[in-house]
Amino acid sequence: MKYLVLIYTNLEARRLWEQLPEAEQAAGLQAYTALNEDLASSGEMIVSESLADPSLARHVTVRDGQAMTTDGPFAEAKEQLAGFYLVECDSIERATEIAARIPEAEAGVVEVRPVRTYNGLEM
Amino acid sequence: MTAGTEIEGLLRELAPQVVVRLVRRYGDFDSCEDAVQEALLSAAQQWPVEGRPDNPKGWLITVASRRLIEMVRSDVARRRREETAGLLEPPDGAEAAAEDDSLTLLLLCCHPSLTLPSQVALTLRAVGGLTTAEIARAFLVPESTIGQRISRAKQRIKAGGAEFRLPPPEERSERIAAVLQVLYLIFNEGYTASSGAALLRAELTAEAIRLTRQLHAVLPDDGEAAGLLALMLLTDARRPARTRPDGALVPLAEQDRGRWDRQAIDEGIALMTRTLAEGPVGPYQLQAAIAAVHAEAPNAEDTDWPQILGLYDLLDTLAPGPMVTLNRIVAVAMTHGPERGLRELAAAETDDALSGHHRVHAVRAHLLEMTGDREAARDAYVLAARRTLSVPEQRYLESRAATLGPGEVGFSATSNA
Repeated sequence: MKYLVLIYTNLEARRLWEQLPEAEQAAGLQAYTALNEDLASSGEMIVSESLADPSLARHVTVRDGQAMTTDGPFAEAKEQLAGFYLVECDSIERATEIAARIPEAEAGVVEVRPVRTYNGLEM
Repeated sequence: MTAGTEIEGLLRELAPQVVVRLVRRYGDFDSCEDAVQEALLSAAQQWPVEGRPDNPKGWLITVASRRLIEMVRSDVARRRREETAGLLEPPDGAEAAAEDDSLTLLLLCCHPSLTLPSQVALTLRAVGGLTTAEIARAFLVPESTIGQRISRAKQRIKAGGAEFRLPPPEERSERIAAVLQVLYLIFNEGYTASSGAALLRAELTAEAIRLTRQLHAVLPDDGEAAGLLALMLLTDARRPARTRPDGALVPLAEQDRGRWDRQAIDEGIALMTRTLAEGPVGPYQLQAAIAAVHAEAPNAEDTDWPQILGLYDLLDTLAPGPMVTLNRIVAVAMTHGPERGLRELAAAETDDALSGHHRVHAVRAHLLEMTGDREAARDAYVLAARRTLSVPEQRYLESRAATLGPGEVGFSATSNA
């Protein structure tokens, strides 16, 4: 099963992170490195990316065939998507275990979503 | 058959034999399997251009052995050299031809210390002769992911001290059960996909049948190996009728049975008839027997539901599970009426494994539709559609809901993807 693990952060969490002593920031980054290495060597990692600042985001809407774009920042969003992991693992329990190892889970929130599949049984 | 697919078929046939030959001669499964994989890749590139060698198996053994020795000598593989050098002397009596070699190889690839995805990847590569890239495409994951699963699996086998020999008799049936589970998983992975890399998926199904056929040949007296082969044949026989040209699933009751593969059905039924007469019955045989009852009905209305219910009762005792429970309830409803089915469903739903599962809502919808309660049926179909992870199933459930009248079907941005 494939799961998308979405890492959300908020301004408060980001502020706390920026105030952390360098050594603690380094420890946080190391936790990511260790997680990435573990997932790569277990064969569970499909892809992971960290996203650029939300102020660089662009919202796109199409109405009546017309595309409209709005540049960020989108201050109204309390929780902002900061990065993601796409993993393949045995169960949602295992995906949850992976999510809990993401440092942001301690300050922001990490969401686990099963990916839709093209598998289907005749019913 | 083109020259390319003919060579591919031959390579897959020879792959496990060459792995076994090298492991018997040099001992180290990890490096031997890597070397064979490279020899197979070379053959796949060279043979179509330069022609097939007179002795294909000999060619592969020579090239793989040469590759193995290069790997051992190579500075890049220094660490591996230290571990392997001592193993390059043939172990005593290792060349003795063993009938059980292909079984030993399968058992090693499905070793209990490995995770299921790793067992699947290693089996397809070492026994099935598929390349890492082919496996990755079939499972829709990056090649590096499959590569890591295989190397991790081989490390675990090595670390666990597993050897290339048959496990002691007292462990054998449990180990064979693990092999059957892996083969069935490969089959289902191929069978249940109706879109995406459809061609490669069909190949997975064929591969699973081929490997199970080989297993059955080595273990002709194993009822469950025969049962699994029959189950695969009887299920795969429905393939031509189970999807519409647009990829939508056709439920069993609506399939054009004239398009079922009679030859596969006959083979499956013959296998079952022989097996059921012989010995203890296991879960695969029971599932195959259920598939055989469906296959024998000329149309959905003539299905022998009481017999299917009897088989599910047995299966429920022998190998209970949430899907057995649900399928049994459908058989109850078909035999004794939808009201009784709904009562049993309500009772079953209190089980944690089933509560909130989309299949519960789908079965309830179906049974409510049978009672004539269209509105409640539609609501249940909508609920089931929302909770399923499967896009084809979602489309099917939404279309059932739509036929039952207007209502909120739930917008789904990806259902047309």
